[in-house]
Amino acid sequence: MAATLPPPRLLPSGDSAVTVEFSRTIDDAANERVLALDKALAAAPIEGISETIPTYRSLLVHYDPGTIGFDALGEKLLAIASQPLPPATKARRWRIPVAYGGEHGIDLEDVAKALNTTPDDIVARHAGGDYRVAMIGFTPGWSYLSGLDKSLHMSRRQSPRLFTPAGTISIGGIQAGIQCLAAPSGWHLLGRTPVRTYQLHRNPTFLTEPGDRVTFFAIDHKTFEEQDRAAEAGEIIAERVDA
Amino acid sequence: MSRLVVASIGPASSVQDGGRYGAQRYGLTVSGAMDRLALSAANTLVGNQPFAAVVEIGPFGATFTAKDGAVRVAIAGAPRNADIAGRPVAMDTSVTLKDGETLTLGFARGGAFTYLAIEGAIKGELVFGSLAVNARAGLGSPYPRPLQAGDEFTVNAASGAPELRIELPKPLAGPIRVVLGPQDDEFDDANKALFLDSEWKISATSDRMGYRLEGPAIKHLHGHNIVSDGTVNGSIQVPGNGAPIALMMDRGTSGGYPKIATVITADVGRLAQTSAGMAFRFKAVTMAEAQDEARKFQQLIRTLPDRLRSSDTVELNIEALSDANVAGYAVSAMDAGTWQVTAEP
Repeated sequence: MAATLPPPRLLPSGDSAVTVEFSRTIDDAANERVLALDKALAAAPIEGISETIPTYRSLLVHYDPGTIGFDALGEKLLAIASQPLPPATKARRWRIPVAYGGEHGIDLEDVAKALNTTPDDIVARHAGGDYRVAMIGFTPGWSYLSGLDKSLHMSRRQSPRLFTPAGTISIGGIQAGIQCLAAPSGWHLLGRTPVRTYQLHRNPTFLTEPGDRVTFFAIDHKTFEEQDRAAEAGEIIAERVDA
Repeated sequence: MSRLVVASIGPASSVQDGGRYGAQRYGLTVSGAMDRLALSAANTLVGNQPFAAVVEIGPFGATFTAKDGAVRVAIAGAPRNADIAGRPVAMDTSVTLKDGETLTLGFARGGAFTYLAIEGAIKGELVFGSLAVNARAGLGSPYPRPLQAGDEFTVNAASGAPELRIELPKPLAGPIRVVLGPQDDEFDDANKALFLDSEWKISATSDRMGYRLEGPAIKHLHGHNIVSDGTVNGSIQVPGNGAPIALMMDRGTSGGYPKIATVITADVGRLAQTSAGMAFRFKAVTMAEAQDEARKFQQLIRTLPDRLRSSDTVELNIEALSDANVAGYAVSAMDAGTWQVTAEP
């Protein structure tokens, strides 16, 4: 490993936030650096930083300009970001049940047709993947995953749907996703999970964290109904396996 | 305890406060008042913390009735005609509604959002430290949705404290100030200049999530798709059609369009209060200037209590009175107890 890493770009996001950009593209190495900086700031907070938001390729750092100015903060951030990455720690791994196809995954057949294969094969490729939570955003708990099998990369729908159900498991472009709340989406819907990545009065409220590993496994629709009721009552459902 | 009943209210009105910060990393929208200065001024008038929960009233009118006792309130923000049984109530003042009395607020005469603070503040169940309504996520308390007629708040009985007005600095005129970035390098110099030198209007389809800007189409250098990254209040993103959108308090926490510029903290509330259809411009300022303005804005909010005055000393505001008359309220200065008027205007 190099002694120091190339510096990220500091992009002003107004007077109270700065975007620390490691890459312009989706790139696991850049995402690891984002999460490493995020962790370093959590472990040794810089006075004035109020909140950090990791994304695929950048860390958005909110701060109070009454406490620290752009230049002083930027220097500190660059110093931390140029340090070699700490050795990888054990990631949490979530095994997430998915009811594929039918009413729960209305695009499964079309995706199979578009890729010249069978729905079962699409399910096997999707459930066979080893994913990483790259970021959470858009709506509470919406987990963006990297690691989608290349054979499943396909452009988003021409016209986004205004409504897609809670728990939707979908793919879009080179990404896979776990959606928690009902929301508009232009992604292809493969199935639904009873798992709530966000549930207000549950401990923990948010299940997934950026950096977590994720795998999926198929369940039948009857199991989905049972687990959905249990999840509604506050059960986590997802199986945690520490990698 | 008294109650304050929402007797009537228009759309785009909800309980808001300083916002829900700390969980943007999980996709949780911040919400909160669109005009932080007006929020703080209204709260300061009734002795609340500056970012306590208030009623944010959209551009249409509203009426509030006190029940089971008196309720002390204050109004600040977008100016509108206000009265209690024909007695005018001035903007930026506190007033006590006696049991059974109704405060009537007209349409906003400029801007969009008026803040009704209640002495002792609105009470409810905090979610991530905030009562602010985020209708999309079903969050907010006591009502996790826009307000409707018949909603009510259980509030402190009025303290009987003397009524106050607050002397706010004269609202700034002139351009909305921005800092370029974070993705201004996704635009060439001609398109950056087009953004900064053009007149813009806020589209009527704007809401708390974003203000759509009408003006020339801004073209991207490399297309409109970037890898999603974080957003802030006042991020100005440019989607594929070239019509910029200024992201406001109900914005998604991340977005995938290039952001050409960011409205400075001190001007987010000014943009929020810019009426749909009114022409305005942007002006780029340096980071040093923006941060200086942000610190002054913080200082202004911190020192609002120093700007409180007895409302007995209120001077006749000819303009407001004339506006009220023009609007058909036929205010009689001689009858207007709260105006302390001894001569006809």
